[in-house]
Amino acid sequence: MQSQATYNYKVVRQFAIMTVVWGIVGMLVGVIAAAQLVWPELNVHEFLHFGRLRPLHTNAVIFAFGGCALFATSYYVVQRTCHTRLFAPGLAAFTFWGWQLVIVLAAITLPLGYTSSKEYAELEWPIDILIAIVWVSYAVVFFGTIAKRKVSHIYVANWFFGGFILTVALLHIVNSAAIPVSLTSMKSYSAYAGVQDAMIQWWYGHNAVGFFLTAGFLGMMYYFVPKQADRPVYSYRLSVVHFWALIFTYMWAGPHHLHYTALPDWTQSVGMVFSLILLAPSWGGMINGVLTLSGAWHKLRTDPILKFLITSLSFYGMSTFEGPMMSIKTVNALSHYTDWTVGHVHSGALGWVAMISIGSVYFLLPRLYGRSEMYSVKLINAHFWIATIGIVLYIASMWISGVMQGLMWRATNPDGTLTYSFVESVKASYPFWTIRFIGGAMFLGGMLIMFYNMLKTIAGQKAYDAPVLAPAAAHA
Amino acid sequence: MDINDFRSLITVLGLLCFLGICAWAYSKHAKAGFDEAARLPLSDDDLPAPRGRQDQEGKTNG
Repeated sequence: MQSQATYNYKVVRQFAIMTVVWGIVGMLVGVIAAAQLVWPELNVHEFLHFGRLRPLHTNAVIFAFGGCALFATSYYVVQRTCHTRLFAPGLAAFTFWGWQLVIVLAAITLPLGYTSSKEYAELEWPIDILIAIVWVSYAVVFFGTIAKRKVSHIYVANWFFGGFILTVALLHIVNSAAIPVSLTSMKSYSAYAGVQDAMIQWWYGHNAVGFFLTAGFLGMMYYFVPKQADRPVYSYRLSVVHFWALIFTYMWAGPHHLHYTALPDWTQSVGMVFSLILLAPSWGGMINGVLTLSGAWHKLRTDPILKFLITSLSFYGMSTFEGPMMSIKTVNALSHYTDWTVGHVHSGALGWVAMISIGSVYFLLPRLYGRSEMYSVKLINAHFWIATIGIVLYIASMWISGVMQGLMWRATNPDGTLTYSFVESVKASYPFWTIRFIGGAMFLGGMLIMFYNMLKTIAGQKAYDAPVLAPAAAHA
Repeated sequence: MDINDFRSLITVLGLLCFLGICAWAYSKHAKAGFDEAARLPLSDDDLPAPRGRQDQEGKTNG
């Protein structure tokens, strides 16, 4: 036993490194899928077919890249803001290895064609059970750490992480309820039928966006933005109010994924109204994060980590404005099933989720290896610009092709027949799919720069575990 | 009570609960605690090398 207790950085290090690794893997699969749309001959084998790679891409970037980033940052933030070592270190190690096993199983079963065909919940029932076990362990470690905290306050970042962990447990377990064909079969059928199944799927799907991809990353924002800017949150009371506003409203927005389907019309309208209301709490968080920098704007000029964090908030603001607009039924009539949706998702996924994660991991890595900064700050800056240009190319091309597709599909001749056949809209989309491929490849290129920078930062350094600090006297 | 009355009641209670949270968050009562909580990450020196002195105290492991 050492004389002074140290924070459990080991599990944070493991998750932080795997964030970068899975980010590269997931985005590479995305770039391949994008290339397959431009050059269909790249669909070389059934295992590598677009239809199988696409869910592999979404699962890898959301749950492997995003998930590892959330584990790493939440474990770091909860320890540091509670001034105590992680609860149940054995269980924390289990969440790391369990989560990696889930990812590897996904990477094997999805190309083999095992799928429940529920979007973002494609993994079959044995893997779903493993996910549930890992997730409940995660909740035990996280809330156990909060329970043994040495300060009276639970910092707002932990509220967001906590809300994300609880809700994802609920969503995953309810939506994945299924009956296997037999205990030796991977195949299962959903416990729900018909339109109820669709509604539960999108209750899950939209809240996966709201809690996995929003609340969790807002937790990151509320720690790493103040820390990197060296200023307290702009308004702590706003953070409390917009937290509860998100919790109360997100749950009801799911039906906007099912506009003009068999879902009852009033349910679609409820979903639309709640999606519109969501603009307020979303922008509350965005404004709170950006204004944290007020009085310290000059730091943006020199600090590329802060550039990542603040740009991510701009994309968050943009996509949470676009989302409610797209949930309006008349807008949705144009946008649904087109590339506009794909562009919207990526403005959130690349612009918000990936950029805030990248900024946070750049913040963490030196601290986890006893250094004051990354190996090369210039390379962080290079990463920032190549990623930003990549996102802009991606989103702009998808906006144009999306609106074009929507207009072509609804165009009719005076006699009521369709002006364009579907394949004509496909043909017209090719140039934009090429631009999207280039944008995505640039974003992946940025991740490769990060990987190199990470290796150089770690090389020759010993893993470092910081001592557990007593809370500052005034705040004890 | 009809199940739909119960559903309406829950919705109204949810709204009142949220308004209560808003009133509490913007009350003078909560201010001091919030200011203190907002300083939590900043009063915690987590840099190993130049800013802090923990690097001698900190434990390294391979």
